[in-house]
Amino acid sequence: MAAAQPNWPLAIFEALRAAEVRQVAYVPDAGHSELIERCIAEPAMTAVPLTTEEEGVALLAGAWLGGERGVLLMQSSGVGNCVNMLSLTRTCRFPLLMLVTMRGQSGEFNPWQVPMGQITGKVLELTGGLTFALEAGEAAGETVAEAARRAFEGPAAAAVLIAQRLVGVKSFTSESP
Amino acid sequence: MTLNRQRGESYPLRRRDVVAALLAERGDLLVVSGLGAPSWDVTAAGDHPANFPLWGAMGGGAMVGLGLALAQPARRVLVVTGDGEMLMGLGSLATVGVARPGNLAIVVLDNERYGETGMQATHTAGAADLAAAARALGLPVTATASDAAGLAEVLPLARDAGGPVLVVVKVRAETLPLVLPPKDGALLKDRFRAALLGGEGD
Repeated sequence: MAAAQPNWPLAIFEALRAAEVRQVAYVPDAGHSELIERCIAEPAMTAVPLTTEEEGVALLAGAWLGGERGVLLMQSSGVGNCVNMLSLTRTCRFPLLMLVTMRGQSGEFNPWQVPMGQITGKVLELTGGLTFALEAGEAAGETVAEAARRAFEGPAAAAVLIAQRLVGVKSFTSESP
Repeated sequence: MTLNRQRGESYPLRRRDVVAALLAERGDLLVVSGLGAPSWDVTAAGDHPANFPLWGAMGGGAMVGLGLALAQPARRVLVVTGDGEMLMGLGSLATVGVARPGNLAIVVLDNERYGETGMQATHTAGAADLAAAARALGLPVTATASDAAGLAEVLPLARDAGGPVLVVVKVRAETLPLVLPPKDGALLKDRFRAALLGGEGD
């Protein structure tokens, strides 16, 4: 990532804090690594590592039942893992804020990431979710704040799709496997 | 295929009795139930606004309980689910084992069958041992009960032990009359939140 880029993970973190997000569920993605570290270090947040993304959909339903707001961090492949569990969100009208780092877009090295990356937005829309594209670091805070408003004041499922060109393309060099 | 298709019919404990005992004098207990028979069992013990009975979301019961337990650390959260539902969310036990909320207990009513789909054998009719799996995945309190004496030992664990707790109760494979909770998920959510948090729910 170029040094001139704004610190968009920090802007996202500040937007989550302002939205009073308390539970941060995640399956790691390189694009979310700084945000995950910030959330783990934040005393007002509980970070919950998942074994699969659909766990996060159910976790955050429970969080809302208990009066807390949460966010689910994942990469685009994880959206496919969530599909049936998103019935819980839709049927019960739970809020669900998702931040999705995109794979399978321009410059993708791994063709196995392309099929799910191509349909991530459509899948979210088919399951009743709202999608917000994030393609420039300058818009990160504002876009996440807007998605959080849609999610928690809807209530609705709202996903920010973070473009691969913003995250940076995975290089598969020997230094970064 | 190594599944014991008859064993489930021989267990002496009956699921509705087990759930009635679990929920007796429930106080401010918060209850999440897994889809199918556990939701009917919990409702048979008395429909209650502090119940969140799932009609779907298979594999998500323990995780709904985890999110609730983390949000409400001063309240006991009890997840009542079945063996098929727990098997689908086996990874969630690893997640619970890392998050380790002391106020969460999961009770698996294990009849070794998929009860809603024709009573086909589940993997617990074979080699799968859910209490052993939970122990291996980091839950500090795990136990299995298969008769009245065993049940008497595990009931206090489910209700009071510092957790997270996972208790397996082997129950007879039987088809019982349906006792259905409200079907409207938004209503179930809103009434739960109103009971717990006050106000109108949303």
